Amino acid sequence: MFIAIRDLRFARGRFALIGAVIALMTFLVVMLSGLTAGLGSASISAVRDLPVDSIAFAKPAAGQAVSFTGSALPADTVGQLAAVPGVTAAHPLGVATTQLENGDAAAAVTVIGTDPGLLPPLTAGRTPAAGQIAVAGALTKDAHVHVGDTVTLGGTRFTVSATVEDTSFSHMPTVYTSVDTWRQIAHTDTITAVGLTGTPTHDVPGVTVVSKSAAFGAVGGYSAEQGSLNLIRLLLVAVSVLVVGSFFTVWTMQRAGDLAVVRAIGGSRRYLLRDALGQALLIMVLGAGVGAGLAAVLGLLAANVVPFTLSAATLALPMVVMIVAGLVGAAASTRRISTIDPLTALGASR
Amino acid sequence: MSLTLESVNLTYPDGDSRLTALDDVSLHVSAGEFIAVTGPSGSGKSSLLAVAGTLIAPDSGRVEIAGVDAGPLSSAARDRLRLESIGFVFQQANLLASLTALDQLLLVADLSGDDKAAARTRASELLERVGLADKAHRRPARLSGGERQRVNVARALMGSPALLLVDEPTSALDRDRGEAIVTLLAEVTREQNLATLMVTHDLAHVHLTDRVVHVHDGRLVDAPEPVPAA
Repeated sequence: MFIAIRDLRFARGRFALIGAVIALMTFLVVMLSGLTAGLGSASISAVRDLPVDSIAFAKPAAGQAVSFTGSALPADTVGQLAAVPGVTAAHPLGVATTQLENGDAAAAVTVIGTDPGLLPPLTAGRTPAAGQIAVAGALTKDAHVHVGDTVTLGGTRFTVSATVEDTSFSHMPTVYTSVDTWRQIAHTDTITAVGLTGTPTHDVPGVTVVSKSAAFGAVGGYSAEQGSLNLIRLLLVAVSVLVVGSFFTVWTMQRAGDLAVVRAIGGSRRYLLRDALGQALLIMVLGAGVGAGLAAVLGLLAANVVPFTLSAATLALPMVVMIVAGLVGAAASTRRISTIDPLTALGASR
Repeated sequence: MSLTLESVNLTYPDGDSRLTALDDVSLHVSAGEFIAVTGPSGSGKSSLLAVAGTLIAPDSGRVEIAGVDAGPLSSAARDRLRLESIGFVFQQANLLASLTALDQLLLVADLSGDDKAAARTRASELLERVGLADKAHRRPARLSGGERQRVNVARALMGSPALLLVDEPTSALDRDRGEAIVTLLAEVTREQNLATLMVTHDLAHVHLTDRVVHVHDGRLVDAPEPVPAA
């Protein structure tokens, strides 16, 4: 790093510029990662937080994927699945979208009917009995709903017995109730799906069982939304590789004469490669660190108005990916270093 | 012998044929001896320096530096031989732009993995020896041509080499500054018991050397009479 550190001091402007570009790219990737995770959570947290291993859906038509909106199972499917070897517990799941009205306030909600054991942890009140509901924490702010209130769901009035930790389904806050009450709200005799613990060893006719994580794709729009955002993140990382690679390629070409002199006085290729990669690593860590730091601050502020999740996965991981991507780009430029001919240090060719 | 070239031949590709750069060249340079190699452009002077500096391997013949036969050495071993046994004084401006005068010397110590404190002391002593102690922290852009060349000499001495190879040291200097540099080279050759081989097309300063060798069409021939000192 002897030459690398001195180059950084000498060419401050150039390195500040590339550092700023790396910081900006990292900022964008981290912001996008936070939004992707936030939007994903808003879409599937109700499913993600279910204490089950897999979810059984009605078998979809040929060429179609399972979906919560397209699935309807007879109520006795729960018993059939519970009897399959390998299954330790089966719980009915009813999922329906409706409007919650609380006086002048209203909000679109997803009502989930299931067993009390599958509810998220209560934050206030008691587990809902027949004719009662528990609401996600967001509804206390969005629709001013509190324990003890009476609200209207699908034209029927229910008492709020509890609030639960915030979950949502398809970007709507959730309302939990019993399966019987859910059928009343959804005006149906069926259920949507069955949550399973354990691993079924046999198939049940007309039923498709998928892992919980695979069931995220059964939430409408989730896969398309995440796919689009992930593609943008991937493109940003690819652009970063190109930008950093281009910078270090030009930088290496500009100082080819200096490198030839170092080779001529006995500097090994390994010394120069280590120096160059060390320089790239330093720039990437500083640039990515500044970018991720700014994104974390702005993300925390933005989390009040947009779904933004700040975690190790959305902050540290994108930063590491950017650093590695930058090093890949810089490594591509080091091919030129390994081909520097020390002979060019002699004579008037310089 | 600090440098021995025996029956060295070197050719370069030239279209469908090969151009002879060195033709059966034999040369011995002893410790404490300062030799000038003169000749017209394209005569093979730089090729001789490149072969002596292990920057290029000859087609045939033997190159021995400080008792080490360079022929069988790997590329990495030649790097190490240059670092430990050879000092290069390049043409002007072959200093790294981002390094101060002191750093140009410390780079050699860093390449060798030498102790930092001892290296700093030696570098300071060498800069003082070449008259640049007060400009140790200047980058090349803030040094004159003569000063840059003095840093070049100090850098070449930093690794305590046995052999000093000098490439046209006066090409970008006026007569007085050129004379000062060649005088410095002659002094350090004797002070540090170096074997010094200086390639030059400038006959004005060869009177300061111990011997003059002339290269013509890749062969060593009798040297012409040097220009008397002014």
